[in-house]
Amino acid sequence: MSENQNIPDIGALGLARWAWRQLTSMRTALILLMLLGVAAIPGSLFPQRNQSPQKVDQYFASNPTLAHWMDRFRLFDVYASPWFSAIYLLLFISLIGCVLPRTLTHLKAIGKKPPLTPKNLDRMEGYQLLADIDAERSLEVARLWLKKHHYRIRVEAGSISAEKGYLRETGNLMFHLSLILILVGVALGSLFGMKGEAIINVGDRFINTPTSYDTITYGKFQPAGSLVPFALTATDFAAKYDPITGAPQDYTLTTSVENPIGSAPKKVIIKVNKPLTYGATKIYLQANGYSPVVTIRDKSGKVVFTGATIFLPQDADLTSVGAIKEPDMNPQIGFIGTFLPTAQMNMKRGGFSSYPEVLNPELLLSAWKGNLGLDSGVPQSVYQLNTAAMKEIGIKALLLGDTYNFGEGSITFDGWKSWVNLQIVEDPGKMYALFGAIFAILGLLVSLFTRQRRIWVKLNEKGSGVEIAGLAKNGIPGLEPELEALAGAIAPELIQQQTKEQK
Amino acid sequence: MNAIQLANFSNHAIYGCLAIFTLAFFAHAVEVAWSVGNVDGQKKTEFLFSRTERAGRLGTAMMVLGFLVLTLAVVTRGMSAHRVPWGNMYEFSITGAFTLTAAYLFALVKWKLRWLGLPVSFATLLTLGTAITVLYRPSENLVPALKSPWLAIHVSAAIISGGVFLVANLVAGTYLWMEAIEKRGERPEWAKKIPSLESLDQLSYRLIAFVFPLWTFAIIAGAIWAESAWGHYWGWDPKETWAFITWVAYAAYLHARVTVGWRGKRAAWLCIFAGSTFLFNYIYINIWGTGLHTYSGL
Repeated sequence: MSENQNIPDIGALGLARWAWRQLTSMRTALILLMLLGVAAIPGSLFPQRNQSPQKVDQYFASNPTLAHWMDRFRLFDVYASPWFSAIYLLLFISLIGCVLPRTLTHLKAIGKKPPLTPKNLDRMEGYQLLADIDAERSLEVARLWLKKHHYRIRVEAGSISAEKGYLRETGNLMFHLSLILILVGVALGSLFGMKGEAIINVGDRFINTPTSYDTITYGKFQPAGSLVPFALTATDFAAKYDPITGAPQDYTLTTSVENPIGSAPKKVIIKVNKPLTYGATKIYLQANGYSPVVTIRDKSGKVVFTGATIFLPQDADLTSVGAIKEPDMNPQIGFIGTFLPTAQMNMKRGGFSSYPEVLNPELLLSAWKGNLGLDSGVPQSVYQLNTAAMKEIGIKALLLGDTYNFGEGSITFDGWKSWVNLQIVEDPGKMYALFGAIFAILGLLVSLFTRQRRIWVKLNEKGSGVEIAGLAKNGIPGLEPELEALAGAIAPELIQQQTKEQK
Repeated sequence: MNAIQLANFSNHAIYGCLAIFTLAFFAHAVEVAWSVGNVDGQKKTEFLFSRTERAGRLGTAMMVLGFLVLTLAVVTRGMSAHRVPWGNMYEFSITGAFTLTAAYLFALVKWKLRWLGLPVSFATLLTLGTAITVLYRPSENLVPALKSPWLAIHVSAAIISGGVFLVANLVAGTYLWMEAIEKRGERPEWAKKIPSLESLDQLSYRLIAFVFPLWTFAIIAGAIWAESAWGHYWGWDPKETWAFITWVAYAAYLHARVTVGWRGKRAAWLCIFAGSTFLFNYIYINIWGTGLHTYSGL
């Protein structure tokens, strides 16, 4: 690139052209690539909102000022931040600007002849003079040899120029074009996809409409509510654990699915690595836990609530906490509960679960009365009790079948159900990304393992014999033996003699 | 043998490997340290040469023996759990040491790189030692997310890539060392067996060019697996992020070399930088990082 000391007036168009050339230069592309790597680092060191929102909240709680400033630079949403997007968008514009013209050049070069034989072959690699042989015949032998070895050949008067390994550039371009295809796939996925989660108890039916979800997000251009019309009933959930360590070994969710709703139900098993697939939509088994089943009666003994309440696991042994809210009693009643699938007690930890399966279930409750705050308009978590306007009226540990009489009524611990967290994802772009990835690898292999080289054969100007030489692109080894083989084909006697002398 | 006996056998074999690789390390160290050239008498030189040669051959024998015992250890570990032995960091480490020695022995046969035995035996000792003391976990079943045929595909590609990255780094490190020595003058006698700067430079490039597609494949296989286990093929999990950073660093290395024409010192430093992003990912992110790639402690 030339550097002008006196910058000429190039006008707006010229400036744009200059900027485009800069952006699409290899150097800029490399710098942007390195920059993308560097920019990805903070996202792996600081908690990210889309991965662990609770950790981001903790960070805010422990360093409020620092976190506030970090948030301004989007350090908790690195991969969705404007600066990260800017880098990868620039990189891909640069890539397109670099690769498309090269592809056109490469396509035009298909079927074209190799460049002319250079004047002075003795400056090239592996130069040899094969003297005292029939030159014209040698050229013909060389041409046949090169043809047999799939070289592309250009015959001129008194010289042959041959080239091989065009696939290297083909593979190289295929690799870079495939990277663009991957980006297209990623973009389609984020613009037209959808992602949602829902927790359902075993026995419950899930109908795929937006209101059934606990959380749901759509891509920018995805019309809300365009969901696959299926309904799913969780008929059974089985979890297997290692009896010694308590580590999970297998989760199996058995479901009965109708797609579309109203069609004959089909039995489908969903596992952690085996999602249920409907086109671009997949249904994943993500998490599980327990919902204790209780019956609440008022003072007169009338049942006001009976059913399962979802509790959230707190540790690997599924010690689970949650809240049971009863707004229909007067005063309103709420319970903060801990469900222990295999209950154990010690002085230090109090009640806890020592194994994730239900072997010795226990429900620890603290009962509250007053105002649940459900009408205040402020959204509240279903897993937590807002005790601001409530008063604790007692605590109790219940074994299966036990009833606790808390004065305003009674609560009976009837049993438990398992719940599962279903993640439902629609990603119409992922097939593009997958094909992009496959073509990228193929292109990479072709370009890294194809050797591109040229060979020239020329009449010796000073008299008898021919000269041969070659050029290996990027200094890749392997040219020398090939030239030796060619020399052997042209002048077998001469080469044999040489090898004898060497010995 | 039942599962517990197999697991115990594997542990003993690892301790055996520690002893064997220590011997290999000392044999290679002796070979390097006792290299003496033509000082005066021809007779003496021949004697000394045969002595270092013997030490070197002993080193190679120990490397081969260590490799065989390590193979046995990795296989019995897998058999004890009825799966591929890639369930936790202890198992990644012993398999990583296995691929490192395998890559070395391959290089030994193909390019006569016996000098590399000193750094390789040292790196293997370090890996196995840390594995059995710090990272050890009893043999157990896999958590549900790991139960997939992709475990064998994704993890083997990643471990082989890691082993070759490490060898390429050792070669690049040797390049820088020899370069520093040559700057001060001629190489001392012990360093004369090490290939020329140009061959070292070429060798590290060829190792990386060979393994870069495999690393790309490891990332893609991981993405396909993540799509079926976690519901998204790319989620910027810390491990994914660093795998991507390593990929970018090696891509930059290849571009710098092939297109811009970097050679020698600059290329060696870039190679070492790229390799250290892999090591950072393996060590730091596995132990102190968080994310979906952490299973059962380590």
